[in-house]
Amino acid sequence: MVAKHVAVPAQRARRNGIAIAFAVMAAVLVVGPLPPLSLYPVDLMRALCLALFACAFNLLIGYGGLLSFGHAMFFGWAAYVAAHLAKVGAVSLPFWTGAWNWIVIPLPPLTPELAILAGAAFAGVLGVIAGSLAIRRQGIYFAMITLALAQMMYFFALQVKFTGGEDGIQAVPRGRLFGVIDLADNMAMYVFVAAVFLAAFALIYRIVHSPFGEVLKAIRENEPRAISLGYKTERYKLLAFVLSATLAGLAGATKAVAIGLASLSDVQWQMSGEVVLMTLVGGLGTIFGPVVGAAIIVAMQTQLVSFGQWVTIIQGAIFVTCVLLFRRGVVGELAALLRIRL
Amino acid sequence: MFELFGIPSTALFGQLLVGLINGSFYALLSLGLAVIFGMLNIINFAHGAQYMMGAFAAYLLLDYFDIGYWLALVLAPIIVGAIGIAIERLFLQWLYRLDHLYGLLLTFGLALIIEGAFRQRFGSSGLPYGVPDYLRGVQNLGFMFLPNYRAWVILFSVVVCFGAWLVIERTKLGAYLRAATENPTLVRAFGINVPRMIMLTYGFGAALAALAGVLAAPIYNVSPQMGSELIIVVFAVVVIGGMGSILGAILTGFGLGIIEGLTKVFFPEASNTVIFVIMAIVLVIRPAGLFGRGA
Repeated sequence: MVAKHVAVPAQRARRNGIAIAFAVMAAVLVVGPLPPLSLYPVDLMRALCLALFACAFNLLIGYGGLLSFGHAMFFGWAAYVAAHLAKVGAVSLPFWTGAWNWIVIPLPPLTPELAILAGAAFAGVLGVIAGSLAIRRQGIYFAMITLALAQMMYFFALQVKFTGGEDGIQAVPRGRLFGVIDLADNMAMYVFVAAVFLAAFALIYRIVHSPFGEVLKAIRENEPRAISLGYKTERYKLLAFVLSATLAGLAGATKAVAIGLASLSDVQWQMSGEVVLMTLVGGLGTIFGPVVGAAIIVAMQTQLVSFGQWVTIIQGAIFVTCVLLFRRGVVGELAALLRIRL
Repeated sequence: MFELFGIPSTALFGQLLVGLINGSFYALLSLGLAVIFGMLNIINFAHGAQYMMGAFAAYLLLDYFDIGYWLALVLAPIIVGAIGIAIERLFLQWLYRLDHLYGLLLTFGLALIIEGAFRQRFGSSGLPYGVPDYLRGVQNLGFMFLPNYRAWVILFSVVVCFGAWLVIERTKLGAYLRAATENPTLVRAFGINVPRMIMLTYGFGAALAALAGVLAAPIYNVSPQMGSELIIVVFAVVVIGGMGSILGAILTGFGLGIIEGLTKVFFPEASNTVIFVIMAIVLVIRPAGLFGRGA
């Protein structure tokens, strides 16, 4: 199955295009917080976390053809777990011995990198459960099932004590990275978030262009044919779902530590809708699309913050416009114009 | 008054009644979703917004034109149905050749616009809508108190659901509809205007949602977000029932409403999540849904 890579000109052009785009993106990350742009690092961190969230979502819809309408459950729950571990540490778990008892694991507050990893791991486990349920149905049903499961996790977040209900978990300490580097300074935190983002972005690029990614695209294009070729498509879809959930969790956990807040708005269905919108605006199935889409949507939200409900109305209008006229998204259109893949 | 399973009968039957009311709305909405999906192959995310518009139509008719409940019960579905037809002509008709997911995304966008606009104009808090004069009052059945209006909602919903089933399964129009669902090209070749039928189907589905909205207006307050909360539960109902069968959608709707009501009595913490848990169990045991015919 694996053909030797012969670099034909078109392929070289594609790689060059991606390399240039990656360089531009990295340069924007470096220049962004510095003068003359002097963008506020906290805004940038929020945008980066949402961009990573959108990239993770895009891995599923863009390359696996699976539309999840419930990705907020991974983003939001990972944020809760990371925020709790970074702030409190101690974990109480219920267990059954004839009656419900609580077992308390007396952890100290964790360092930020461990809290974030734990949050992502939690999202991964949640992804295994939600994914194995959702891939039992296809197409539209898949979207409805993920939405319903996410709504269930929203109600759990509302009822469980440690999430703090309507208040959320506030004032999460950023702590010391590896127990050494103090992240209290915004620029230090920003460098860390940017590093996480770039590493995860590179990982997603690697996944998409691996043999696994190729099989995933084959399933997206024609699942019965992939099955007849001997691929166990269920396993590929589940793995894609779990990877996407874990990376979405990484984004949520990083956001919780960087911004210092995990709240209900991270697990609500509106958040699931927002990540769909960012990916759609940027371009489904393009590597850079979700990043551009996230940048556009976050910029719009920051600009229109005083206009109340108009943000929702405009987001809805963007949805409608994109679906009717603009299905390839910004990056997709650009790539089609330049005849390269981005 | 007596006790059942250690629960006062008034509480038990009271919650059962609430469950039946919710079940009526689940049934009406999932019925509309199933009919629209059958013809248009689109999951109508704006269904919740159309339900909300129905309730607001009743509220505004009363507020501006002094038109009462009974006329609103007729007018609101017509107004929202007309809006639905406009939506189909303006937006949806361009999507039929694309992946189904685009229909979901477009109607999601429409739902955001509609909900945002109503929130902008009317705020997020609920607006009261009174129970019509004829249906005020309560019956004492001995084991429970039955508010007249709630009895009316359940009765009327059952009649509407059964009527819709009758039209679709037992009339010539319904036969055309079912045939066009199976094979639109062939039905067109017989000289039937399928695009117009699709348009009217979407209008009918939207009108059904609006009807549910008018019924709901005196029970819950009229508020912009009343639809979006409901529609997610209705999606779970549709996944459980499967959209292959009209009767299946109706039965699942009422059944899940009752189960939800009973959960409120016996295990109140789970009453918000019980339908989603049932959905997960059904997906494990019968992935196609209770009344589904394959995925």
